[in-house]
Amino acid sequence: MDAFSHLLEQLYFTSGNKAKAQLIADYIANTPDPDRGWAIAAMAGTLRFEFFKRNTVKKLITEHTDPALFAMSYDYVGEVSETVAHLWPYSEPSDSLPTLTEVVQTFASVSKQKVSETLAHYLTIMTPAQRWALLKLGTRGLRIGVSARSIKQILADYGNKDIKEIETLWHAVTPPYVDMLSYLEGKADKPDIENAVTFHPVMLSHPIEDSDINAFTKDTWQIENKYDGIRVQLVVKPNNAVDDKTQKGSGSDGDESEKALFSRTGDDISHSFPDLLESVSGNMVLDGELLVIHNVEHSNGLAKDSVKKGGSNVKAQSDDKGAFASSATQPDVDTFNALQQRLNKKKPSKALQSSAPVGLIVYDALVLDGEDLTDKTLKARRNALEEWFQKTSNSRLFLSETLNATSPQTLRQLHTQVCQNRAVEGLMIKRLDSHYVPGRPKGQWFKWKRDPLVVDAVMMYAQRGHGKRSSFYSDYTFGVWEDSQLLPIGKAYSGFTDEELKKLDNWVRRNAVGRFGPVREVKKELVLEVAFDAVHPSSRHKSGVALRFPRIHRIRWDKPASEADTLANVKALIEG
Amino acid sequence: MHPSTWLKTDDTGLYCEPGEFYIDPMNEVATALVTHGHADHARAGHHRVYASPETLAIMQTRYGEDMATHQHAVAIGESINFNDVKATFYPAGHILGSTQILIEYAGYRVVVSGDYKRRHDPTCPPFKVVPCDVLITEATFGLPVFKHPPIEHEIEKLLHSLRVFPERCHLVGAYALGKCQRVILALREAGYAKPIYLHGAQLKLCDLYKQLGIDLGELIPVSEVADKKTLAGEIVIAPPSALADRWSRSLPNVRPVVASGWMQIRARAKQKNAELPLIISDHCDWPELLQTIEEVNPKEVWVTHGREDALMYQAEKMGFKAKALSLVGYDEEEQGGD
Repeated sequence: MDAFSHLLEQLYFTSGNKAKAQLIADYIANTPDPDRGWAIAAMAGTLRFEFFKRNTVKKLITEHTDPALFAMSYDYVGEVSETVAHLWPYSEPSDSLPTLTEVVQTFASVSKQKVSETLAHYLTIMTPAQRWALLKLGTRGLRIGVSARSIKQILADYGNKDIKEIETLWHAVTPPYVDMLSYLEGKADKPDIENAVTFHPVMLSHPIEDSDINAFTKDTWQIENKYDGIRVQLVVKPNNAVDDKTQKGSGSDGDESEKALFSRTGDDISHSFPDLLESVSGNMVLDGELLVIHNVEHSNGLAKDSVKKGGSNVKAQSDDKGAFASSATQPDVDTFNALQQRLNKKKPSKALQSSAPVGLIVYDALVLDGEDLTDKTLKARRNALEEWFQKTSNSRLFLSETLNATSPQTLRQLHTQVCQNRAVEGLMIKRLDSHYVPGRPKGQWFKWKRDPLVVDAVMMYAQRGHGKRSSFYSDYTFGVWEDSQLLPIGKAYSGFTDEELKKLDNWVRRNAVGRFGPVREVKKELVLEVAFDAVHPSSRHKSGVALRFPRIHRIRWDKPASEADTLANVKALIEG
Repeated sequence: MHPSTWLKTDDTGLYCEPGEFYIDPMNEVATALVTHGHADHARAGHHRVYASPETLAIMQTRYGEDMATHQHAVAIGESINFNDVKATFYPAGHILGSTQILIEYAGYRVVVSGDYKRRHDPTCPPFKVVPCDVLITEATFGLPVFKHPPIEHEIEKLLHSLRVFPERCHLVGAYALGKCQRVILALREAGYAKPIYLHGAQLKLCDLYKQLGIDLGELIPVSEVADKKTLAGEIVIAPPSALADRWSRSLPNVRPVVASGWMQIRARAKQKNAELPLIISDHCDWPELLQTIEEVNPKEVWVTHGREDALMYQAEKMGFKAKALSLVGYDEEEQGGD
């Protein structure tokens, strides 16, 4: 545990990715199994405990210290783990600390009743730095400036392998990664992942630039709507091929398929979407957008009908909204707001599943009918997908519509037109000859988002930030006018540069007029141009509106607060 | 008469009406009593200044001989009358020459403790517990997360780092008055006998300490080192702001070290780009603040600046009346003295 704590400490204070990678590589080389594997899992964020969580920690500390003092300390420090590491009131340092493996195994097997007691014991025998490392295991998110991706790169370098190989292995192996590490050290064969239901790292797009638009030519690109849901990967394997030890899917309910739904970053989110998983079978890996789609239940018959007439209208015209490639039924897509109630639900109720049913708009296939398509061109993959949709009937899968443009000019027109529909976020533009490459290869796929909505709002309150912004006033509540009164409409903590943050922090300190716990009220004088993706009606806020992903677009040092927008201006932007 | 009727705060600072003087005023005033030499407490240009001889010497070093028209040196334990008000200076243990000031008027005793600490400091006599009705205290580190480790422990971290990275120049950011000399003395106490190298901003005050009889060992200005490469493996002390400055680029393979009470908070250390944070403070940590309130045992605690919420909350919990003075200008986070 001491070596792990020392590593985290070093990583935290070392700047520069190369130096960090060196520290981690040294640790891996000099630490025995299985400790090093658990440390990798902790850094990559793949370590999870059922009962040792952020709330366990918060509850424990408030039982042992004054809650008001804890709250004030936390507000100042900006991080739970560190606050607790310093505040824990008992100290009996021990020379024989448990190993990282012992700690992990203890928390993996401890009962819900015993978890607090165990944690308290560990905190008492550790130094503040060790406590911090310990608490980070439970609260996850180490914030040491090392991403899961860079851990994979470090492992690739360590074993002299290509990162792609690590990426494919990654989701089939589990902590403490003993097999993978001995393979990387040349001491064992590559772990067998042939039949595992695993995540395949996804291909990502770049934001489009003006120069890319100007270089647009006919017949080179596939154009699609950019849907406003979440990107997911649906993996389905016939059950008989699955090795029990490596299976990760949780969607099986005794049917013959083994399946899983992964988020873009590889988190298994199957448990939240049983309705989608129950409906699928086969041997495939599909890439698509998860959305609330209201006509999933009723469309079955229509989808079958579409088999007969599908195929001919593949090249849908952009103005032909009904042309959904081979699937005749156009999905009745709801907003992201609607999808949000389905996200992070461990067990969605039947009622929720029927009021907010989910479906998948499929835009690519990595594997179809057991055949790996990643080395084929997008055009070939699309053709395979269209054929597959013609012979398959599924009420929850929809083929992504392709749109048409022949020149930079018509592409721009198409973008304007598409963005009028608020359920769509913009356009995706992909090279027809692109292979499916994990990561973000240059010049292959582009996203062209709609222009954000903006309003001029007035800063009303400020709060200190967290993590590296600890102590800076970096979270701002802003409002707009209704008659002579400002009503708060949202909170933003991004969009500005470090330099601007310093100025804003300074402005808040100089213009604070009141205080409510950690919140500072400021003079109603500073106008913030706030950008956001959408406005929704909301009963939770006095203003009656909620903004989606608000961020500071510009700071209007020059603009008088009286000239900021009104609530009526904001309400006019509500979609639908 | 209760002190709240005659001891007031305004934009300039804490004002004693019947005595017609300010304590540690921000702006130029007719009569100023100054607790210690840090820039946010001791300003130039007052008509009359009362302070310890060391504090006056520090102010002269910083602002010139003519930093105030009339300069009165006040000895420790000495009382001076201002109209019907009696002011007495006692040691505060913060830095060289630092004092707290007892004000007696109309049957009440008020102690303005200035900045203070309770740990041993070889450059100044220890904080004296002065019984009073009202204790006016700072709360720079007034949160229970602040528990400063022993300075020996932090100095050992620096010496350990010198052993592990003998090829790197250890550039220590430390405030020029107080912190710098304390770090030097602690290194000497730990047996570090090599020369210590100084940024130009640290020189004048180190010279003053030497003149006042404090032995800092061999100090060499960095500007006098012809080949900066020879500073690999050496200790250089500079103001914290110089760490990110162009100045430090001439030094070989710098390992940035910061000595400050704030270094206890990781994110703060990160913000200062410290690779090696040393928790060395000239203020009380949380247990010392509480210890002081208990020992002084006043009827009321007034808090000047810092994390006043938590200290007031705790003082009330301990049975003392507490209020915040919310003095402006003691910008302990930016101007040092931490």
